[in-house]
Amino acid sequence: MSAPTQTKPRTIVPFGPQHPVLPEPIHLDLVLEDEKVVDAIPTIGFVHRGLEKLCEKHDFHKMTQVAERVCGICSFMHGMGYCQAIETVMGIEVPARALFLRTFWAELSRVHSHLLWLGLIADAFGFESLFMHSWRVREKILDIIEETSGGRVIFGSCKIGGIRRDVADDILRRIRRELDPIETEFRDIASVFDQDPTAKRRLRGLGALSREDAHALGAVGPTARGSGIDFDARKLGYAAYPQLEFEPVVETAGDCQARCSVRIREIHQSFDLLRQAIDKMPAGAIEVPVKGNPNGEYMSRLEQPRGEVGYYVKGDGKKNLGRFRVRTPTFANIPALIHMLKGCEFADVPVIVLTIDPCISCAER
Amino acid sequence: MANWSISKLVARSAVGTPATRRYPFTRREPFAATRGHVRFAEDTCVFCNLCAKVCPTDAIVVNRKEKRWMIDRRKCILCGACTESCRKACLFLENAPAPPMTAAEWERIRIETE
Repeated sequence: MSAPTQTKPRTIVPFGPQHPVLPEPIHLDLVLEDEKVVDAIPTIGFVHRGLEKLCEKHDFHKMTQVAERVCGICSFMHGMGYCQAIETVMGIEVPARALFLRTFWAELSRVHSHLLWLGLIADAFGFESLFMHSWRVREKILDIIEETSGGRVIFGSCKIGGIRRDVADDILRRIRRELDPIETEFRDIASVFDQDPTAKRRLRGLGALSREDAHALGAVGPTARGSGIDFDARKLGYAAYPQLEFEPVVETAGDCQARCSVRIREIHQSFDLLRQAIDKMPAGAIEVPVKGNPNGEYMSRLEQPRGEVGYYVKGDGKKNLGRFRVRTPTFANIPALIHMLKGCEFADVPVIVLTIDPCISCAER
Repeated sequence: MANWSISKLVARSAVGTPATRRYPFTRREPFAATRGHVRFAEDTCVFCNLCAKVCPTDAIVVNRKEKRWMIDRRKCILCGACTESCRKACLFLENAPAPPMTAAEWERIRIETE
């Protein structure tokens, strides 16, 4: 008679909803065998606000402000996604200058979001001075955002039919000149993430996600591109992206280092897109008048810093929409996150959770 | 060499000026485009109520009979919808933040919006 197989005792350790590494509430029940994570059970819904339901209360113009407040980091792109969806339903031709300025602000959002993330990941693996330096550079981007849109967090610039305010060409030319020293400063910070041995040890080989798993689990954005999936929603051709030249940034390793590298390279790419957008900025009107109410349905897709977002709107000819739905990248990346966590060490959980760049206010709307 | 990749940043921080301002001795001036507060010029207003209609947060209250225009600055999100809609050009977005509301102002607008 053989001896029964010895199994290690399992412990369940709660992670969140209040955790030092994440200011936002997500809860994970981590099933541990000694220090090894064998499973993770997520719970979300701590900050659900029911923003989608508000479409029944506010008319479709006022919903732009609600859409912008889905998230405080990629606020502009939420408003832009909503406006694009309504404009397509109503058949509105947005002027070229408005499309270019939308692209300009969208890329500024991407730079500041990725810089914020780089600071947070540096803080998560205990490199506080790097966190400070990342946010120092981010501050300069926020100043550009404030100077052009009037707000640091909520841009308030996007409206159905175009944009609310124009940016003078001389300001744009000056910003173009300012981008070079900012990128040089960023390059010094990026070299620490790429070369520093402590950063490498905390990121390399951690939270691996294969290309097949990323595809099967529906990962989006830098999480998917870090695993070798060559997809960027900007290539779908919305706003002014068809007139700009770029290729999706792809890494193949699938670990935390790869996801970090994707974001670093995307910042350089965004600086390039900003320069292209300013150089090719056409003159002309920034908005067209909007008459009537939306009648029809459409799903607008665009690439946010965290990945692809989907905006579904359905109107029935009234001033209030019938249905409004947002599919956010963080929500899509949670299954991939659970897969990454299985088999990792308990101490690595915060770093792996951060590499999907979780935005819980987006995920719960 | 990789071990010293942070040294360039450290050296610059050590010899350079601080990245932060010495508040309150150095104050940050708002940009010309900064959305600070909504200013109302009463002399041209016809109290048409259009600004109150387009306000997404119902922060503006217009009383046409008594010719009164009020804004609840706690509700105002500085979106600029009212300034765009105004046909008499009597609403402006100023770049400096509004001074704090007094208790009397707050009470008056609370009664008006109820």
